[in-house]
Amino acid sequence: MADVNRDDAFVVFDRVQKSYDGETLVVKDLNLSMPRGEFLTMLGPSGSGKTTCLMMLAGFETATHGEILLGGKPINNIPPHKRGIGMVFQNYALFPHMTVAENLSFPLEVRGIDKSTREGKIKRALDMVQMGQFGNRRPAQLSGGQQQRIALARALVFEPELVLMDEPLGALDKQLREHMQFEITRLAHELGITTVYVTHDQTEALTMSDRVAVFDDGRIQQLAAPDTLYEEPQNSFVAQFIGENNTLEGVITAIKGDLCEVKLDSGEIIDAKPVNVSEVGQRTRVSIRPERVEMNRSRLQAGAHTLKAEVLEFIYMGDIFRTRLRVAGNEDFVVKTRNAPDQVRTEPGQQIEIGWLPQDCRALDA
Amino acid sequence: MTDATANGKPQMLTTADGKPLKEALNRAQARARRKAFLLVLPLLAFILITFVTPIAQMLHQSVYNEGFVMHEDIGSGERTPIMTNIKTWFDENPAGTEPNEEAFAALHKDFLLLRELRAPGQAGTRVNYERGGSRSMFTKTARRAERMEAPYMEAFLDVDEEWTDPELWRVMRDASSAYTFNFYLAALDRTKNVDGEIVNVDENRQIYVKLFARTLFLSVLITFLTFLLGYPIAHLLATLPLRYSNLLMIFVLLPFWTSLLVRTTSWMVLLQSQGVVNDALVGMGLLGDDNRLQMMYNQIGTVVAMTHILLPFMVLPLYSVMRPINPSYVRAARSLGATSWTAFRRIYFPQTVPGIGAGALLVFILAVGYYITPALVGGADGQLISNLIAFHMQNSLNWSLAAALAALLLAGILILYWLYDRLIGIDNLKLG
Amino acid sequence: MKLKTALMATALAGVGFAAQAQEVTVMSWGGAYTKSQVEAYHKPFTAETGIKVNSVDADNPATPIKAQVEAGNVSIDVADVEFSDAVRLCDEGLLETIDVSMLPAAPDGTPATEDFIEGALQDCAVANIVWSTVMAYNSENVDGTPTSIADFFDTEKFPGKRGLRKSAKATLEMALMADGVPAGEVYDVLETDEGIDRAFAKLDTIKDDIVWWEAGAQPPQLLADGEVVMSTAYNGRIFNAAVGEDQPLEIVWDGQILDFDLFVVPKGAPNKDAAMKFIAFSTDTQRLADQASWISYGPARKSSGDLVGLYSDGKTEMAPHMPTAAKNLENALVNNFEFWVDMDAELNERFNAWLAQ
Repeated sequence: MADVNRDDAFVVFDRVQKSYDGETLVVKDLNLSMPRGEFLTMLGPSGSGKTTCLMMLAGFETATHGEILLGGKPINNIPPHKRGIGMVFQNYALFPHMTVAENLSFPLEVRGIDKSTREGKIKRALDMVQMGQFGNRRPAQLSGGQQQRIALARALVFEPELVLMDEPLGALDKQLREHMQFEITRLAHELGITTVYVTHDQTEALTMSDRVAVFDDGRIQQLAAPDTLYEEPQNSFVAQFIGENNTLEGVITAIKGDLCEVKLDSGEIIDAKPVNVSEVGQRTRVSIRPERVEMNRSRLQAGAHTLKAEVLEFIYMGDIFRTRLRVAGNEDFVVKTRNAPDQVRTEPGQQIEIGWLPQDCRALDA
Repeated sequence: MTDATANGKPQMLTTADGKPLKEALNRAQARARRKAFLLVLPLLAFILITFVTPIAQMLHQSVYNEGFVMHEDIGSGERTPIMTNIKTWFDENPAGTEPNEEAFAALHKDFLLLRELRAPGQAGTRVNYERGGSRSMFTKTARRAERMEAPYMEAFLDVDEEWTDPELWRVMRDASSAYTFNFYLAALDRTKNVDGEIVNVDENRQIYVKLFARTLFLSVLITFLTFLLGYPIAHLLATLPLRYSNLLMIFVLLPFWTSLLVRTTSWMVLLQSQGVVNDALVGMGLLGDDNRLQMMYNQIGTVVAMTHILLPFMVLPLYSVMRPINPSYVRAARSLGATSWTAFRRIYFPQTVPGIGAGALLVFILAVGYYITPALVGGADGQLISNLIAFHMQNSLNWSLAAALAALLLAGILILYWLYDRLIGIDNLKLG
Repeated sequence: MKLKTALMATALAGVGFAAQAQEVTVMSWGGAYTKSQVEAYHKPFTAETGIKVNSVDADNPATPIKAQVEAGNVSIDVADVEFSDAVRLCDEGLLETIDVSMLPAAPDGTPATEDFIEGALQDCAVANIVWSTVMAYNSENVDGTPTSIADFFDTEKFPGKRGLRKSAKATLEMALMADGVPAGEVYDVLETDEGIDRAFAKLDTIKDDIVWWEAGAQPPQLLADGEVVMSTAYNGRIFNAAVGEDQPLEIVWDGQILDFDLFVVPKGAPNKDAAMKFIAFSTDTQRLADQASWISYGPARKSSGDLVGLYSDGKTEMAPHMPTAAKNLENALVNNFEFWVDMDAELNERFNAWLAQ
């Protein structure tokens, strides 16, 4: 709720709670507002409540408590077919007994749009997803990627202001998925549609979204733009869940300005940026991104501090090297370095020194 | 594949040692095929003996009746042609020729043989099928055949004045050939008149067309009722969590595990005029004791009992079609702007059509041939064509007519199956 | 041909006993009637000869005979059939001929051929009883006392359902008698088309109130259950239900139709000799008289008449309950078997068509 106020928000969740069995809450006190035209992704592990949120927005589930507003109006009591929300399902849900064109025609027919207008809209929608010549096929005759495009076209053909997508790319292979990620974002931005996208794939979330809401345990753990999310995770769940992450555990020994001193369990003392820790003596989990760690001493910037490390594994990945180290007792400490002429290539067993800037090192909750 | 046909004409592909590829493949697969064939052989033989052969025999019997041409001694199995002399006369004289002395002389010779073989009843019965009252003429005449003297025409007329009835001679002429379509005519309430033209039988003897129509109507009605009752049940079964739906499924299947007779008689207990339903209605004061509803021994009884008994045959195919329908289809339709009714009508219902087709076909075919239930609870106007087939098999012993009726029923079902295939497509049939 | 009949017959005849030495299979009509035969014939026969008697029931034992004989798979040795069926089956060569000289003479020496009632001995059949189709009513359910066959067809005077045997035979005759045709003229009328129409027209008047029955055990049940207030029935069944089971059932003898039941031996019966022995034993003077103490059917031998005594309850005099008792014969019809042999198929066809209308 931080950066958008409720008045000009297009989609608002206001203290929404959801329980299926009356004993446990699947969604706990959800607050969220989205401006018009935003591409927002709900990211989280399965069971985190993100799909439930989507279903409440679509109207297939009712909120146990709280309000959901769309365009300023509460929609709790509006049935799904009157919400005017386009939706793309995980399994596409293309009607198997209808051709592609009939599938697209369906939302227009139920809105009572006349035939010639329908045909124009269908053609435009199919062209938009580059499926113009497939109108007479049945869904079963199409590949997964093609079905995905049709599902997208069908969700867009009646020009909804809001489109919901429930893990739409889950069934596609990697290459196709990447291509479709690009397609979807392009379309969403070109058409200026507000999109709520649900996925458990963080790459997808980072590459496609304006903002990402990270869900866990029925709550939004952090809602931010992808770069903020990656670079400035607000807690250790987000740090762990988004991207690769190295953690070192220890206790805060001192807080001085925008840095704090952490005594690691192995005895070393490092500096870190305190994020959601506040007092001395508190246990903390320090997070450092693998690409922010330097192995070449000469490249270390001033102010960096160093630690000893033993190389456990060195993997050559072409564009980058991936080195697994034992650092301060942590055997899963990974460093990613760019394949550059001056970059060191290590051998397992080698003792080296690594270093990083204290600002890149975030002290989070344990 | 593309290589072989690259230059426009297919080339013979060969294996590494130069044998034609097809031949090598055939040989490699022959053993497996032989084994597979041996495995299905018992079933094949079983079907041939218990299904195909009886149907072929039935079809044959419907056009073949040798009661008037061949006598088979039951003890020795010896077969003796009978009525050969009159057959010769029929062959020499065109249809419609008035029987003359020559004809009666030939008939007399045949009757002597009938008497010797004790076969007048058999020949008379065949004629009696098409002309009532002929049987006793045959037995009576045969008893006196040995004492008859020329002129035979007079001698025959002495025994019975009807011997010159043209109708009788028309029937005998038809019966003198074992192959005949007259049983099919009879099965369609038609007969031949004296001139051999096909005409309707007397109005108060017309029964089969009416019964076919009633069978069709009741079967359609029962099919529709099972659909009406079965669809919501199947939907409930398909959407409930498995542990509940399994329990419910047992209730649906329960009738399957109960003997047909038990089920039918329990309906009798329920429906009879002193039965549970009537007692309850009277007890609640909804019905006077004097005007209890007649729900049995009429069509209501047949329809109610058969709908109940055939219900599982509708529910099971529907269930098997509904279970895999992903709920997201309906959700998608709803999100696309359809009301729940439109979503059902346009999205859910069409996807269950193969199940409806299978269930309807199954129920209809079973209903068309149902026998025991209508016999027990149907009374007079709840009888179906199968009850008449049984009557001719067991009581009147006119097996040829029974076979003709059964063949017509079979043909009707095949036509229906064909129509189904044309309209819906048999590939869409989903039985479970 | 053999295969064909065999296949068709397996569908028809469920009963198939392996033939063993020293046993005989008798098919009868079930219920109280079969019981009377078991008591009067089967048990003493086994006791005397050591030949075991298997008792099998059918709605009409004439029905399975053709199928079994033509299939060459006969499991029945003796069947108890109606007159017209016996003649018809015999004419079709489906029955063994029975040598009447093997039948024992009456105790006073009268030969069997003279001791049996006229018509009781046929080429292929020996009668055992005289029975009749009568109308009966449940005195608790009917208002007033029906006294004539006409009352059966009068649903205004006696409202309620009527039970009738689902068969043209007896039904048509009763309709004519109810319509005022004297018993002696029934078959003359029925031989004409107008007569047949008249019978059906009379049936039409109560068609909606008829419950049709097929097995002989049904009418007493229908009457006792209150499903019908009056029914046609075999007189012995009503007697046994009324006297033996104290049901409030009454017989109206007016318009009764007398018929024989006869023993026949299907051609190719597995135990033909034992079957003949059984028939000779069962139709002797004492056995026939004995049967009458179990059910109210009249013996087919004149000499048995004097021996008929009390019902098996030890107190009911049987004589007045016999269909042949003089009082009961006042307006009685003797079934004309020749008519039915000839017209059975024809009239049943018309009857079925009428039913389906």
